[in-house]
Amino acid sequence: MRHANRLAVLAAALALVAAACGSSSKSSSSGGNTTVPTGQQTLGASEGSVSILAWPGYAENGSNDPKVNWVKPFEAASGCKATVKYFGTSDEAFNLFKTGQYDVVSSSGDATLRMVADGDAAVINTGLLTNWNDLDPLLKTKPWNSVNGVVYGVPHGWGANLLMYNKNVVKPAPDSWGTVFDASSPYKGKITGYDSPIYIADGALYLMKTQPNLGIKDPYALDDTQFNAVVKLMKVQRPLIGEYWSDYLKEQDAFTKGSLVLGTTWQITTNGVQADKTSPPVDAIIPKEGSTAWSDSWMIDAKAKHPNCAYMWINWITKPDIQAQVAQYFGEAPANLKACPLTAKGFCEQYHAGDPAFYGKLAYWKTPTAKCLDGRTGVTCKDYAAWTAAWDEIKG
Amino acid sequence: MSERGGLRRRVSRALYQRPRLRLALLLALPLLWLLIAYIGSLVALFLTSLYHYETDPTGLVQKLVTTPSTTNFHRVLTTDVYRTVAFRTIGAAVSVTLIDLVVALPVAFYMAKIAGPGLRRALVIAVTMPLWAGYLVKGYAWRSMLDPAGGVFHEVFGHSPGFGLTGTILTLAYLWLPFMVIPIYVGLERLPDSLLEASTDLGAKAGRTFMRVVLPLLRPSIVAGSIFTFALTLGDFYMAQIVGGTTQFLGSIVYREFSANLPFAAAYATLPIVIMLAYLFAARSSGALEEL
Repeated sequence: MRHANRLAVLAAALALVAAACGSSSKSSSSGGNTTVPTGQQTLGASEGSVSILAWPGYAENGSNDPKVNWVKPFEAASGCKATVKYFGTSDEAFNLFKTGQYDVVSSSGDATLRMVADGDAAVINTGLLTNWNDLDPLLKTKPWNSVNGVVYGVPHGWGANLLMYNKNVVKPAPDSWGTVFDASSPYKGKITGYDSPIYIADGALYLMKTQPNLGIKDPYALDDTQFNAVVKLMKVQRPLIGEYWSDYLKEQDAFTKGSLVLGTTWQITTNGVQADKTSPPVDAIIPKEGSTAWSDSWMIDAKAKHPNCAYMWINWITKPDIQAQVAQYFGEAPANLKACPLTAKGFCEQYHAGDPAFYGKLAYWKTPTAKCLDGRTGVTCKDYAAWTAAWDEIKG
Repeated sequence: MSERGGLRRRVSRALYQRPRLRLALLLALPLLWLLIAYIGSLVALFLTSLYHYETDPTGLVQKLVTTPSTTNFHRVLTTDVYRTVAFRTIGAAVSVTLIDLVVALPVAFYMAKIAGPGLRRALVIAVTMPLWAGYLVKGYAWRSMLDPAGGVFHEVFGHSPGFGLTGTILTLAYLWLPFMVIPIYVGLERLPDSLLEASTDLGAKAGRTFMRVVLPLLRPSIVAGSIFTFALTLGDFYMAQIVGGTTQFLGSIVYREFSANLPFAAAYATLPIVIMLAYLFAARSSGALEEL
């Protein structure tokens, strides 16, 4: 008991130090605000159950494939009976998490800050995380899972939004996102885009590289002029689009059948198309402009009914062996690099896990806010509500 | 035991002597449900639509302002895209209703007036059978029918409308067909054959009998069917995602805005309710509802 208490005090102190270090640059300007949120102090006993909100494939309990099951072993090890609810989009995740029925959620970067701003997310005490030190430093305490150095999300895994093309149809092979924004494209009607306001960032990234005079520094921080230019580009693209996708299986089906031949995708979709013997040959690349990307983090409900089990779940899902299973099943780079030796040969290389050069090419999803995320002051940026309204208009 | 039996008897007697109490008890629960869950949610929707979001000074958070304002309705009415989408959705609802009507009339007529009892039963089952399958299953089945690259339409007719507005209308017309066939079939069943015979005896040809005798008597059934097909299409949002290509419906926008700007989504969702109310009033003033 005493031992546990000492550990807890130590962990809390560590968390305080870590949080203080992270926020020291900010504290001078905010002035007087010295209380730094530290999150839960100790990890108590299992509450007996935990409610998990996850992307499909992140919390498999064997119901989809008896061999794919890391929830049952978790239940046995922790004593927390897990109920899993899947969601299809970040918007859906945000709305479900808001209800307060879920203890823990796997949240992408375009939802995390919204959850924090809404007061739904708890501060994470990293001292209670058994795998925190092994997680990829390139993913920890980032703008999409922390605020002023205070951790709200524990990295799970990530992937880039790639450009997939049908090798039989699209010739020569594309090397630029320009191919999906070209008004006179020969592939008109067979191009696809991601059906979400966050896809506007893909247009912003392209303009950032091709129209430097717009001065876009961060595709998620767009002022009026920049935003209008991007929206205009997305409207040029709109008639080229055969279908937008938000369900990756729908895109996989369309590429397999051949009704779509070119457009943004995830590695898992490409793997699915390539595994299908009836489908035309496809390839997926990072174009020369780089790519947008998603990085998912586990977050805990600020009023979680089972916080201990939530921490236990995060500790479980970030374990090297479990990370290896999840990453290979889902098709993403694991956040815990110790998982790499446990994966199939060449897996981590394919997904560029822990590859700083590759990271440099990526612009990770963030929730756009009115306060410019690129640090500009004196100018207002378009927030997510404005992005959504624009997306209504782009689709027309 | 006997005491309980006595109590039961007393309650039974009390209820028997007070028919109004009996009625009140019978209706209390359903009415409560209707008031709280049904009307209540509509009121909540309307109240929400009067709120709006404002960015707070930090620029990080949107603050909900609960002072009633017409901000959202103003945006609905003045933004081109929301009008376009509303008209597109109404157009689709009208098209679906017309297609279903044209298909349902002969089918229902055959079922009610021509087919023998055995075949009639089989046809009723055949018409309602698609209702046993899931909405999504039917949606994805139509997806493989409409697929411009090797779908059923493409293979059989050499041309497919592809994924788009036309495809969505076709799919929805298929989905809601039973809701049109069944009321018309029931209406035709109630129509005495003698009327048709009398019309023929008086020298009217089939077309004239249909226009002057069948159609006027059938109007309440057609209105009932059209309320279903119209309302269901107006509220649909997911079929546009499956077979609509880039098409968006009113519901698609409500679904998206729900997470970004709930009050605006509520304001936009009031639109189909208003349209349906107008539709019901029009149906009522034509007298069709009284004959149902």
